Amino acid sequence: MTQRSLVGALLASTLLAGAAQAQDVTLTIESWRNDDLSIWQDQIIPAFEAEHPGIKVNFAPSAPAEYNAVLNSKLDAGSAGDLITCRPFDASLALYEGGKLADLSDIEGMANFSDVAKSGWSTDDGAATYCVPMASVIHGFIYNRDAFAELGLEEPTTVDEFFAVLDAIKEDGSYIPMAMGTNDQWEAATMGYQNIGPNYWKGEEGRQALIEGKASLTDPEWVEPYAQLAKWGDYLGDGFEAQTYPDSQNLFTLGRAAIYPAGSWEISGFNNLADFEMGAFPPPVPAEGDGCYISDHTDIGIGMNAATEHPDAAKTFLNWVASPEFATLYANALPGFFPLSDAAVEIEDPLAQEFASWRQECESTIRSTYQILSRGTPNLENETWNASAQVVKGAESPEDAAARLQEGLSGWYEPQQQ
Amino acid sequence: MPAARQSPLNSFAAHAALIAYTLIALFPVFVIVINSFKSRQAIFREPLALPDAESFSLIGYQTVMKQGDFALYFQNSLIVTLASLFFILLFGAMAAFALSEYRFRGNLLMGLYLALGIMIPIRIGTVAILQMMVATGLVNTLWALILVYTAQGLPLAVFILSEFMRQVSDDLKNAGRIDGLSEYRIFFRLVVPLVRPALATVAVFNMIPIWNDLWFPLILAPAEEVKTLTLGSQVFIGQFVTDWNAVLSALSLAILPVLVLYVIFSRQLIRGLTSGAVK
Amino acid sequence: MSESRPRIRWHIVVFLAPAVLVYTAVMILPLFDTLRLALYDEVEGERVFVGLANFRILFGDPLWSDAFWNALANNFWFFLIHMAVQNPIGIALAAILSHPRLRFAALYRSAIFIPTILSFVIVGFAWKLILSPIWGIAPGMLDAIGLRSLFAPWLGREETALTTLALISVWQFVGIPMMLIYAALLSIPEEILEAGECDGVTGLSAFWKIKLPLILPAIGIISILTFVGNFNAFDLIYAAQGALAGPDFSTDILGTLLYRTFFGFQLQLGDPHMGSAVASAMFAVILIGVCIYLFGIQTRIRRYQL
Repeated sequence: MTQRSLVGALLASTLLAGAAQAQDVTLTIESWRNDDLSIWQDQIIPAFEAEHPGIKVNFAPSAPAEYNAVLNSKLDAGSAGDLITCRPFDASLALYEGGKLADLSDIEGMANFSDVAKSGWSTDDGAATYCVPMASVIHGFIYNRDAFAELGLEEPTTVDEFFAVLDAIKEDGSYIPMAMGTNDQWEAATMGYQNIGPNYWKGEEGRQALIEGKASLTDPEWVEPYAQLAKWGDYLGDGFEAQTYPDSQNLFTLGRAAIYPAGSWEISGFNNLADFEMGAFPPPVPAEGDGCYISDHTDIGIGMNAATEHPDAAKTFLNWVASPEFATLYANALPGFFPLSDAAVEIEDPLAQEFASWRQECESTIRSTYQILSRGTPNLENETWNASAQVVKGAESPEDAAARLQEGLSGWYEPQQQ
Repeated sequence: MPAARQSPLNSFAAHAALIAYTLIALFPVFVIVINSFKSRQAIFREPLALPDAESFSLIGYQTVMKQGDFALYFQNSLIVTLASLFFILLFGAMAAFALSEYRFRGNLLMGLYLALGIMIPIRIGTVAILQMMVATGLVNTLWALILVYTAQGLPLAVFILSEFMRQVSDDLKNAGRIDGLSEYRIFFRLVVPLVRPALATVAVFNMIPIWNDLWFPLILAPAEEVKTLTLGSQVFIGQFVTDWNAVLSALSLAILPVLVLYVIFSRQLIRGLTSGAVK
Repeated sequence: MSESRPRIRWHIVVFLAPAVLVYTAVMILPLFDTLRLALYDEVEGERVFVGLANFRILFGDPLWSDAFWNALANNFWFFLIHMAVQNPIGIALAAILSHPRLRFAALYRSAIFIPTILSFVIVGFAWKLILSPIWGIAPGMLDAIGLRSLFAPWLGREETALTTLALISVWQFVGIPMMLIYAALLSIPEEILEAGECDGVTGLSAFWKIKLPLILPAIGIISILTFVGNFNAFDLIYAAQGALAGPDFSTDILGTLLYRTFFGFQLQLGDPHMGSAVASAMFAVILIGVCIYLFGIQTRIRRYQL
């Protein structure tokens, strides 16, 4: 009896599913944001499906470290999803040039984005855009407000104040001054070098000069961030050489470390884990009164598989992603991912508000290695990971690291070869 | 006799050495399992303490149960592993028999050809394999994985099995032939039972990498319904990397079924490995 | 034999066909497709034949050759640690276990084999936790026996990271040599040992003089399997240190180099052509190793055995 009804239910459900499939289009999204799986399933997709009956969306993420390899294999074989989450700059540009990503310059939603927002997913001449910008992330430092209050410390604004704060925490001894490890390498480069660097190379000005070949990585403004990083080793936890990224996150959220060099994407995770008040300050400037620069990096976009069978449905979805409605939904479901569209978005999370407020005071730039400069071999971004970790550990001097990077870059990048 | 080869002192030393190594072998598993039952603060405060009334927590398991279908993943892994082993052993033994039993032109060449695969990581051919699976509509099915693992396991299987089959006495097979058994019967009735230990060795060597493979499930069968246990737990770890309660619980759940299976089958496994010798 | 020469013996075809078909279609063709790529390059979107140019870059351009030789040297060190640690431990454990009167032998055997059945995901995570300077299990235990000063963040130091990973790998796989040698030891006929006893050869010297020579072929097979396994290794390093095989490429082996080159990593785009060149070189290294074994060592063991 029960068995028969079970069979009946199964049969009914397959029949229903079959009937639904007859009219519905299902779009599959490829993504590396497996952290956000539940947010897509519970908030973003239902909101879209409610507005667009007839289109079903399936969010299918893979692990971040394997995303590029897996996606490329699937695209080559023709088994990739309809919608592709885009890494910024060259990784996606190569896909567009290889005919894997469709040109989206004409979809109406594109009008909601500035050229800067689109730069991460446009051809070098800006003629074609192939991904809808979704969000940027901002670097800075998150700190334990309770610990700062306990030790009577203030948010530092200059480098001297920053090290004074670190010294005070170290002196006191109840907290590890700063939570960062070098085992995963990218932490030192992204949370360290790209975080504090823009204040030295003056954001876009320095980045453009490097691309045009007018500046070199051995110039003082590019070496100084490494010189700063070299001083960080003293303030990191015991055995930081083997400390991994999750280790750093845990050290901070368990209240054992006072300062965390951060990207704004940490905010939602930290809100769930930390049981103390958190605050944030932007990267400290070299001297009182210097202009401040922040890394406001266009990090994530979404494009259309050129081989999709449902281009119309996919464009409907992409237009929705470009809408102010999506921007508000996304920014508040994932505090710390800041929408790139021109629409004004109300951010509710206080910590995310703090990060976003720096956009008013400071000049924004993107990570120095992402556009154009990582096109050749050796790859500047990957080399920067290595160099940053080496410098923090004291295994390489800032000057040597800079010279090595410059040698690698000028090895293949013509504007740097004079 | 045997007593002459063993003194009490020796036996004490032997047990001490074995116990020491057993502890080393089991320690990491022990650490993972006990900590999966503790609260987050307790994991970090005293990683080696057993869970007690105060630190006991099932929060990690609750997260895992909410998020992943580990029973389904386990079932998928089991199907893939058993089916692949079946084909490796069957096809491998058949080919090994042909190579070791019959003289024909190209025998040596065929042997070398089949052995070539021992040396190359099949991962290199990923893109072409994926294209083939897409073309045949096998992508996101368990068959894709079974085919790849069978192909990957065959070279070593043929290599080991043909070594063993050369040692099977010719008299026995010839007696069978005189009794009018067909070549197929000789193979299935006479030879296969005699190389059981070798089959077990091959099974052990192939079972573990198949069960634990992450790469091909990720590329050929990443869909939820066909996820294997290893891929399921890897995706889960990636997703909850800072939530160590959940990660440790997921790892415990990934270890547990393998452990149970292993305990059930270890007797047969070891008997298989050593049966040739014990007889 | 009864077969008449000219007719096709169909049973041979039937026996060979399934294995050859599956193996050729799923393994060899895709592999050759990849190896063929090593002779091509992409120039302005077109795939063009370039002959051995990719290999000239791999071995001639310091950018590539440094990375390749570094990975190869690391790989040899990885292999040496396995040979020097895994095999002696495996042999010792098997020798102890094969004592005829040993109690709980089955229990020990099963327990020691357990790490081998765990996946790299579990092994990598578990050991990273134990060795983590933050989590404090390893430093805590060393502290308990008064050796806290010996602790170092081993996985984070260039000098120690590779050796540590090799030892973790040994920990995981020691069950395999143990089992194979155990089986080989059990297959030694009782009469031979008794004959030895009559000549006064017992205990340890019986092991060295009688048993060890008899299990040499098993050790030979284990060595070549270890060699092939180590030069194809990838997962453990990837799980523990990522595709950049830090710190400063000190744990980079051929498998991780191949992965980075072929599939790309982070901003580095995958280059199937250079990747295939690395794969071909890897294939050559393994082929040379296997040939040395087959023609140098195995034939000598056989002769010795007879």
